[in-house]
Amino acid sequence: MKNKIFVIILISTILINCGENKDSNSSTGSNNSAKEKLAQKFGLTLYELENGVGPIKEKITLGEISKSLADDGKKLFEEKCMQCHKMDERYTGPALRGVTERRTPEYIMNMILNPEEMTKRHPEAKKLLGIHANQMTFQNVTQDNARALLEYLRMESSH
Amino acid sequence: MSTKQKARFIISIFFIALIYSCSGNNGKPGTSDAAEKVYVAPGEYDEFYAFMSGGFSGQITVYGLPSGRLFKIIPIFAQHPENGYGYTPETKPMLQTSYGEIPWDDAHHPELSQTDGTPDGRWIFINANNTPRVARVNLSTFETEEIIEIPNSAGNHGSPFITMNTEYVVASTRFSVPIPQKDVPISSYKENFKGTISFIKVNPENGRMNIEFQILVPGFNYDLAHAGKGPSHGWAFFTSYNSEQANTLLEINASQNDKDFIAAINWKKAEEYIKEGKGKKYNSEYYHNIYNDETHTATSNVEKEILVLDPKDCPGLIYYLPTPKSPHGVDVDPSGEYIVAGGKLATVIPVHSFSKMIKAIENKEFISEIFGIPVLKYESVIAGEVEDPGLGPLHTEFDGNGYAYTSAFISSEIVKWKLGTWEVVDRIPTYYSIGHLMIPGGDSKTPFGKYVVALNKITKDRYLPTGPELCQSAQLIDISGDKMKLLLDFPTIGEPHYAQGIPAEILMKGQKKIYELGKNNHKYGLRSEKDAKVEKNGNDVHIYMSTTRTHFKPDNIEGIKIGDKVYFHITNLEQDWDIPHGFAVKGMNTAELLIMPGQTRTAIWEPKSEGVYPFYCTDFCSALHQEMQGYVRVSAKNSSNELKYN
Ligand SMILES: [Cu+2]
Repeated sequence: MKNKIFVIILISTILINCGENKDSNSSTGSNNSAKEKLAQKFGLTLYELENGVGPIKEKITLGEISKSLADDGKKLFEEKCMQCHKMDERYTGPALRGVTERRTPEYIMNMILNPEEMTKRHPEAKKLLGIHANQMTFQNVTQDNARALLEYLRMESSH
Repeated sequence: MSTKQKARFIISIFFIALIYSCSGNNGKPGTSDAAEKVYVAPGEYDEFYAFMSGGFSGQITVYGLPSGRLFKIIPIFAQHPENGYGYTPETKPMLQTSYGEIPWDDAHHPELSQTDGTPDGRWIFINANNTPRVARVNLSTFETEEIIEIPNSAGNHGSPFITMNTEYVVASTRFSVPIPQKDVPISSYKENFKGTISFIKVNPENGRMNIEFQILVPGFNYDLAHAGKGPSHGWAFFTSYNSEQANTLLEINASQNDKDFIAAINWKKAEEYIKEGKGKKYNSEYYHNIYNDETHTATSNVEKEILVLDPKDCPGLIYYLPTPKSPHGVDVDPSGEYIVAGGKLATVIPVHSFSKMIKAIENKEFISEIFGIPVLKYESVIAGEVEDPGLGPLHTEFDGNGYAYTSAFISSEIVKWKLGTWEVVDRIPTYYSIGHLMIPGGDSKTPFGKYVVALNKITKDRYLPTGPELCQSAQLIDISGDKMKLLLDFPTIGEPHYAQGIPAEILMKGQKKIYELGKNNHKYGLRSEKDAKVEKNGNDVHIYMSTTRTHFKPDNIEGIKIGDKVYFHITNLEQDWDIPHGFAVKGMNTAELLIMPGQTRTAIWEPKSEGVYPFYCTDFCSALHQEMQGYVRVSAKNSSNELKYN
């Protein structure tokens, strides 16, 4: 509970701060790309708009798809994700094939690791919550687990 | 102003308004001062957990202090419709005894585990009184994990008090009975009836209990207990009444003697005697039920033997401290030196001194011997007597600042007195007829003395009436100043017989949020939705079903026939805090289910007529909770419908 309140206060503080920024920006007439405006509207940084809100705060580098990491991810997927996600059909949550083309790797990992805050703050995640009417849950996974899941999704998206 | 400050500001205005409207009521219960002290703002936590016995409800209820808010009911010796405890095949074994399944018993004294005399928040123990048992609740899950039956016992009242490091949980018998049980005239009480005191060893790693030994004692009624601490560590003290050994109209016949006894037992000596082989093995069948939170299933084991010590063969094991008159509670102060007795019929509170007791034993200051147990001279062991302690003093707890608080049942009050001078310094009425009282940590070496809670038996005129049965109540009293101040009273579930309190921060660290799916070793559990399936062996149909927000898998099952026994084994695949799912089938005669994240539970259904039966989730879980449903089609016995599902 305490945390929740803290988060709410934090968010409101951020929103207020961002509002002020916006004002000062527009008065100085500095250049605002559409993306920056959108980010400001939701109280996100440009990085967060592109890569989600959560523990993954920096871009990661991906190599070739690792078969063994993807296999770990598959096992995790079957245990923790499959009850809500299929590759090619809408189920409890959205279909996931091709998700690695729609979203950045960091966004996917943040969505796995921080779904509640994502659906509260991020416009894309919010939109999906509206469509599916189901809050995605944090499934007690580690950052390494999320990386393995990402690898599995990359593999699935490639065929 | 932050949100919090704003809230505080609004609250203070509210209180100021209250103060004005209540002027002239200063310092009395119900004033704004009291309201402010028990107010826990939305989103804030209480400072203490209070675990109250449900008495005849067979449960423990968990309240917050100072708010008096009820958080949870933990079923222990009683079936519980909220979560199916005692109904599902996974939990039914917990209520098994050598007398068969007992769906409802009477639970009296919760007791928190301690390390070096301080509550440590690992477990809480409680006794079943009627059919003697001791249970252990794991405080990381708030679930009952173990119940052990106490053989050769009846009315397991002096139980389950613990030693300073939770080495032992003790259990003494209120009713003496023939041991072993046999068919004898009740009038042969004096020759045939005996009492027992059991020492249950607790494994420090996992809390597992086993009855290490029992001591055979004269056929009195053994009532309550507390263990020594500090200098008196190694000893445990038990009150007894009916030293007359009467067996009829006890209210008169058990009140003849001027003094009854506190039995002082040297359990370290008992351990030596056992090493020397002084114990005798008795055949006694008793149940030992253990719940495993990886298989999510309880099992009953039947124990066959028990090791019994007879004080006749074990000099120095027990001494009797004469104590006026029908003593009820026995409480040891935080220093471990004073042993306080509360006598229902006594006019003073006698306080024994441990160091004087040891000296009297060394000097053999005995006045007699009963069944080989030396009786010490009252004057040699008494440290002092509290005069005018109220009528019917029962139980004493300590604040850690040199004061003791005794409940007086007949005069309905709490009496505060000073250790060492034995003078009464304050008293406060209770509403009404207080039994036990509780200070968080008040029976330990380290009381967190800020509040005392009165645990009352009667609420006549106190609340809105509810028919012939009124609720019982607890009262929160501020003891931080010189004068006790009533802050709040709140209704309780069942009879709040005794309670234990602990700072919330000690418990919160260890809370379990989910059962890890990867560790689910239930025989019929699932670790993934892809393993959901239905199997049929003869007339037994096992459905391995998964549940998640917001569907079951499978959700349509056909090919069930009249005469089949259908097992719904349902695993909740959620791995997030506070997302249980429920399950119910129309017309099922066993129980509904409530399944925690990562847990598996089973419902057994024997459909009696053809048709299509809906099932659904009973715990509101999400926006699509109403969509969380399915059907089972039931066909005639000779139908050719094949089993199918999706
Ligand atoms: Cu549900």
